[in-house]
Amino acid sequence: MDGTSEVGLRINGKPFSRVIDNRTTLLDLLREQAGVTGPKKGCDHGQCGACTVLLDGDRRVNACLLLAVSLDGADVTTVEGLADGDRLHPVQQAFVDHDGFQCGFCTPGQICSAVAAIAEARAGWPSVVTPPDTPPGPVEPTAAEIRERMSGNLCRCGAYVNIVAAVREVAR
Amino acid sequence: MDFLRPASWEEALAAKAEHPTAVPIAGGTDVMVEINFDHRRPDVLLDLNRIGELHDWEVGEDTVRLGASVSYTRIIENLRSVLPGLATASHTVASPQIRNRGGVGGNLGCASPAGDAHPALLASGCEVEVASVRGTRMIPIDEFYVGVKRNALAPDELIRAIHLPRADGPQQFSKVGTRNAMVIAVCAFGIALHPSTRTVRTGIGSAAPTPIRAKAAEEFLAAALEEGGFWDNGKIIPPAVARQFAELVSGAANPIDDVRGSASYRRHALGVMARRTLGWTWDEYRGNERSARCA
Repeated sequence: MDGTSEVGLRINGKPFSRVIDNRTTLLDLLREQAGVTGPKKGCDHGQCGACTVLLDGDRRVNACLLLAVSLDGADVTTVEGLADGDRLHPVQQAFVDHDGFQCGFCTPGQICSAVAAIAEARAGWPSVVTPPDTPPGPVEPTAAEIRERMSGNLCRCGAYVNIVAAVREVAR
Repeated sequence: MDFLRPASWEEALAAKAEHPTAVPIAGGTDVMVEINFDHRRPDVLLDLNRIGELHDWEVGEDTVRLGASVSYTRIIENLRSVLPGLATASHTVASPQIRNRGGVGGNLGCASPAGDAHPALLASGCEVEVASVRGTRMIPIDEFYVGVKRNALAPDELIRAIHLPRADGPQQFSKVGTRNAMVIAVCAFGIALHPSTRTVRTGIGSAAPTPIRAKAAEEFLAAALEEGGFWDNGKIIPPAVARQFAELVSGAANPIDDVRGSASYRRHALGVMARRTLGWTWDEYRGNERSARCA
């Protein structure tokens, strides 16, 4: 073995295959080989969430903590894959409407994370702040729920207030 | 760096036997941090993601067999009623992104004293199923942690599953950190009431070289509950008993001063968490007893 492998996956619906160094993370593959630069490299160890992408439809993951070779056959959606042509995804539109950013570096990760967070709350998954006696069914998107569910994404500009408003609007 | 991708459990065991230094990687939430920062440069990585059975769980009559790679998200979604202690701890692991990837096998493999699953595992009294080409063995959780970031695995062994007794009573978990998400716990505490055996088990995280139980505290509490007939009469635990329990938990810890907190703060916080979680679990137990009597 020479430390390389062939990997084939779908990025925003398009097939992509390449022989890559085994140490390549999904984040580096996306940014440096596939030219998909929406996911950002903030901390490179899963703390900041700027590299958040959706794996196989709905699960949000940190692209910096995944080895690309382990994802053969996977379906990856980045912020570039959310809009429908020129029509923004509702979460993207809400971030614009509520001014949910300042510098924008964390935004692609925030938006991918929010898409999954909203789907999880609608599916009735509880979080650590969901009261134990909550009946089954969609979880009420209170500010506390949104803050907890978005806790894997940091914003150094501190746009949290507007991010919560944006997520809340779509989650309702 | 070589990258091995076994398609079956048997292939994985054969690969581990051939490359005992190979680092197993499943969710990758710990191993990848070390690789990205060059803290570790493994010659061989053993990717376990293709082995479907590691992502499965089975709820039996008395025990739950939890595949090593079942993500914390899945534990929260599916196993809250049968493994409440572990599910509560799972809620607080890192962030949603990490919980979608990480699982209990990784916590056990790294054996960091700060792993969030350990207090719940110790309190449950589970067993860890490990295997190699030589065969399978069950390691009681009390014998699993042998040193700082060291566990009882032989170099050719892999963690396959965790066998946890189904909860027979209330269980709780609590931890202290600067925020809920993405912090390494300053210290953590888990408790499980076992009414069927009239015992109590505990687990302490981040306050000793390994995750530990507070055995003296467990024994004291079980004796006090028995003596007062509390399991039957469901009365409130006297504050003096709760205080003594908390002090014994503090005393069981062997913490250090580090950047996250001082040893004396950790001891103090453990006592507070022990008293609170005992109150929560006992309230739940009394509530259940009361509604059972009314029914």
